[in-house]
Amino acid sequence: MTPDLPAILARLRVALPAATLTHLRNPGPSGQDSLLVAPDHLGAVCQFLHDTAELDFDLLSNVTGIDWPEPAQADAVAVPVEGTTPAACGFLEVVYHLYSTALRVGPLVLRARTVDRVNQVHIPSVVAVYRSAELQEREIFDLYGVEFIGHPDLRRILMWDEFLDHPMRKDYVAPDDYQYEPTPHDAVLEKAQQHYTV
Amino acid sequence: MAIDSKLADDLKSQGVHVTSFEGLINWGRSSSLWPLQFGLACCAIEMISATMAKYDMARFGAEVFRPSPRQADLMIVAGTVTKKMIPQVVRLYNQMAEPKYVIAMGACAISGGPFKDGYNVLKGVDRFIPVDVSIPGCPPRPEALLHGLITLREKIAQEKLIGQHRARHADPEGPGDLPVPVCGAHDIEPAFNPDVWNPPSFTRDASAS
Repeated sequence: MTPDLPAILARLRVALPAATLTHLRNPGPSGQDSLLVAPDHLGAVCQFLHDTAELDFDLLSNVTGIDWPEPAQADAVAVPVEGTTPAACGFLEVVYHLYSTALRVGPLVLRARTVDRVNQVHIPSVVAVYRSAELQEREIFDLYGVEFIGHPDLRRILMWDEFLDHPMRKDYVAPDDYQYEPTPHDAVLEKAQQHYTV
Repeated sequence: MAIDSKLADDLKSQGVHVTSFEGLINWGRSSSLWPLQFGLACCAIEMISATMAKYDMARFGAEVFRPSPRQADLMIVAGTVTKKMIPQVVRLYNQMAEPKYVIAMGACAISGGPFKDGYNVLKGVDRFIPVDVSIPGCPPRPEALLHGLITLREKIAQEKLIGQHRARHADPEGPGDLPVPVCGAHDIEPAFNPDVWNPPSFTRDASAS
């Protein structure tokens, strides 16, 4: 059952009046709306959703990251219901999928955004509320470079520790270890042509 | 010196088997290839299946998967080799005693397969260790692995132990331990071992494509 997002939003605004919350509408066929949470109150929002008996979001099934070099693209797929000022620069986004196993409600989609993609890439960790976030936040730290404040063991999980890049970012450039392609085309052809000896 | 095949057949009918020392050694080596027990991905499932009763790799002397590289003769690289994994694979290869052989099983071990454009996938294990037999497939069926094993047996049976074209392990000047690559800041360093593999150089008219 999809969660009643306006009702949850109203509850959250009563319980946490200081938290900045935005209802984001999904114009796609799935119509899966989401809730944009300001990073400062992400922990409190998760704690409230987890502890409130009428909501009872006890399962964090998925945490993933998105790299948005162009903020306009983010606003196109997650449209703010009330008018908000668009972000000035690109940012990284972390998406959480919450479920209530007892009430059979979900997924409740939470989004949290960093200030930019370079220096201010901090998001508070939700490991204290949802233990299942521990490995997934490490993966996002590894592949996107989001730094989770308060994570108990924030290190790389897939790539080696000495690695410096974040491979899932849009501007990641893979090392040029090109190998022979029998029928190159498109981007592979462009890459192959740099290696042609004419 | 080769033995007259008619004389050898006559002696065989009398219960006397005549062969060369080289042939005897190669027969022994090819008939008891003990693989190193490690698998990296779905190819390992087919490798396990090949050792079980239905396909029965024991028929070809390769049933004793060894848990230690010191006891193994054959490394079956069964699966995707990531860049994070290749230092360990090279280290295991170095720890195996000569004579040692490598089978690259499946598309990933040969070239990176469907994941070759991935940021963490090595485009072929032959960039770092010398591969004797490559088995195509994704994953190859157990019959293909058995065919690869028999191909390797035939290759071992043809090995020369002395002379100019002797096998690597019979050559005192042959290569010793291979350098183990290091996981660097952006990629593994070096990206390949130039003593083992070099990028194919080919000429192609850039404007014609």
